[in-house]
Amino acid sequence: MADYKLELKGVCKSFPGVKALDNVNLAIRPGTVHALMGENGAGKSTLMKCLFGLYHMDAGEVYLDGEKIEISNPDEAMTKYGIAMVHQELQPVLARSVAENFFIGRYPVHKWGPFKIIDHKTMNSECEKWLHEIGMSFDPKLPLGKLSVGQMQSVEIARAVSMNAKVVIFDEPTSSLSDNEVEILFRMMNDLRDKGVSMVYISHKMDEIKRIADDVTIMRDGTYIGTWKADELSTDDIIAKMVGRTLTNVYPDKTNKPGDIVMEVKDFTSIHAKSFRNASFNLKKGEILGFGGLVGAQRTELMEGIFGIRNIVKGEVIINGKKAKIKNPKDAMDAGIGLITEDRRGNGIFGCLSVKDNVGVSIYNKYLRSGFVLNHKKIDEIVTSSIDKLKIKTPSMKQHVANLSGGNQQKVIVSRWLATDPEVLIMDEPTRGIDVGAKHEIYEIMNQLATEGKAIIMISSEMPELIGMSDRIYVMCEGRITGEIDKREDMTQENIMKYATAFN
Amino acid sequence: MEKTKQQKIKDFLINNGVIIIMLILVVYTGISKSTFLTGDNLMNILMNMSSRLVIALGIAGCVITAGCDLSAGRMIGLAACIAGTLLQRVDYSGKFFKNLKPLFPNAPVLDVILVLIIVMAITACFGAITGSFIAFLNVPPFIATLAMMEIVYGIALIYTNATPLGGYLEAYTKVATGKFLGISPLIWIAILVAAITWFIFNMTRHGKYMYAIGGNPQAAEVAGVPVKKTLVLIYMKAAAMYGLAGFMLGAKAGGASVNLGLGYEMEAIAACTIGGVSVTGGRGKVSSAIVGVAVFELLKAALQFLGMNAYTQYIAIGIVIFIAISIDIRKYVAKK
Repeated sequence: MADYKLELKGVCKSFPGVKALDNVNLAIRPGTVHALMGENGAGKSTLMKCLFGLYHMDAGEVYLDGEKIEISNPDEAMTKYGIAMVHQELQPVLARSVAENFFIGRYPVHKWGPFKIIDHKTMNSECEKWLHEIGMSFDPKLPLGKLSVGQMQSVEIARAVSMNAKVVIFDEPTSSLSDNEVEILFRMMNDLRDKGVSMVYISHKMDEIKRIADDVTIMRDGTYIGTWKADELSTDDIIAKMVGRTLTNVYPDKTNKPGDIVMEVKDFTSIHAKSFRNASFNLKKGEILGFGGLVGAQRTELMEGIFGIRNIVKGEVIINGKKAKIKNPKDAMDAGIGLITEDRRGNGIFGCLSVKDNVGVSIYNKYLRSGFVLNHKKIDEIVTSSIDKLKIKTPSMKQHVANLSGGNQQKVIVSRWLATDPEVLIMDEPTRGIDVGAKHEIYEIMNQLATEGKAIIMISSEMPELIGMSDRIYVMCEGRITGEIDKREDMTQENIMKYATAFN
Repeated sequence: MEKTKQQKIKDFLINNGVIIIMLILVVYTGISKSTFLTGDNLMNILMNMSSRLVIALGIAGCVITAGCDLSAGRMIGLAACIAGTLLQRVDYSGKFFKNLKPLFPNAPVLDVILVLIIVMAITACFGAITGSFIAFLNVPPFIATLAMMEIVYGIALIYTNATPLGGYLEAYTKVATGKFLGISPLIWIAILVAAITWFIFNMTRHGKYMYAIGGNPQAAEVAGVPVKKTLVLIYMKAAAMYGLAGFMLGAKAGGASVNLGLGYEMEAIAACTIGGVSVTGGRGKVSSAIVGVAVFELLKAALQFLGMNAYTQYIAIGIVIFIAISIDIRKYVAKK
């Protein structure tokens, strides 16, 4: 028998302009839980997508039980090789029953003349049997949507077990589970280990790793750092290995001087129990305020709450000493806040509209003649000067925004908000998905704006960016603000990671 | 160089495919039937186009926001019936309201204008209701307008008791048969509506908000666009235009029944799409609606002149929609 159940060797994967994976290895011993760790963007998910054939790897080999295999899609991984994945974001059919989701794509049938009809009875009883096998019991006829996320995961796990999976990959399975559900998950994982199943466990939560993992592989910036026995590493060791990189000098010299407090947020609490709660912070004029944390720390949700997109049960926003009543984005704009969202395509740009319309959309109600005719001349002037000031590369202001690069699209959205002349500009992952050159330009724009006296909130999951750009940093974890770092010398990756993983 | 030239020709053909096919058909019909390209016939086609254009321009607003409006046809029917009942000759034997007398016996034109305003106001109210369901209660436009379509038809049936209407005041039928600067007032109305719609689409913030909502509703919300208010206004404005179209069709036919306008909404949506209004939202101009309606009406007229069986014409129209949209969609697919 081979030493390793599943082995990935020398995996490389490039996307235009980025080397996402560079010679990465992963070797999983039979009947063990193998933790795969790394910061956001370290390449963990990309590696798994390569394994499952969702991405085509540029170089690298996969061995199962010592034999070289090639997997072209997730279905083949499951049916041919017994490799299953429990996704970070499950994609089940919520409206259909547990049993139907359990048997999706392989429904039991019986013959009825020339027709094959679904055998609901077998389907339900089989499903119930397998759920029982992993120690769960609920009605297989329930619509899946009625279950909690944890229960849905257990359906996925039961499904993998029923298909005789030999390797199960868990991609951040506990990110939305209650403590109780985590215990149940760990019990199931222990059972699977006893049965000789190998597991890959992707998570940021240090204490979980120490509890459940046998081996740990750490990745950083798409490279393989190493593999250790879990009990050989302390939590601090893991953090150091995850973040241990030198800062590159891509950040402009800071010229801004933070002044008086311009905005205060008090006790902001979402209507959802798992989202932001009791968040209080302040923001100064001419300051770049960083918000750090892991993906899922509810930073975006908090900002969207302040901007009037999400509902809150309590909390207030005070701008220049006055309480702002914000019910919707329009109110937030009127109060002097701008929001550049994280998901540029989802709720940022209007792809099929021109650069002009993308910049102008928030100021069309400001530049009117006789109350309702658009002052195109004035708007054109503003757009042209934005294009010059932010160096937006576009043939003309009539160009469709979808045809611009990510960096230029981002600059268009920055222009949109600058045109509204906000006092506070919230930038959620402002450099996500744009190349290094454009990143640098965005940093310079931010620095410039802060120097001019604008107050900027920057959410960033990239530690070097957070440290390189911020005057002050708040760190969030599971919806709470777990730390404030205001001295430059305290702004270390280790400190941020410590607050970001301060789970209850 | 040679290749880029070929590419340019190909792009031109794809971008203007529908218009080119249409022109070929028109020229062919013109050559083979000498009566096709005459002033009278073209004027007739323009008159047919006029009310269809008003409908299409109304529906275009809905389609640009990635919606649709199935209630248009029934609103047209109701509008034509209301206008008909209020504008019958005093001496007409089958008069709907026996004792109704013109308010302005010396200036019947004023009566006609007053009735037009009433009709448009009524349909606008219905449109505002549909729009409110869509905007505030998040009912999908397809369903909301379907519901309104049923309601409006029911109201039209109850109101008229399904009686056909006729015997209109001369001042009303003159809207179609009269001449102003050499052409029918119907055509002038359509030109005026097109001009106003162009102005709204391009020169007002309402128009810009409409495109923004169609392009990306989530982004529009974040950018501070009053999404709900704008949606209500769009459906209300569209409904007012169906009211106008119903009034125009009544004048042209010199009568009306509850079934007037049946299915016109589908033709209007198809015309918009053929002209380049994208059903996925965010794209479309006034010229798109004009081109689409022209293609439809020219096609119908040409097929009629070529002696095609009236039943077969439906099949031809269906085929044109298939081809036109398949060509049109390439413009956007290629851009990705």
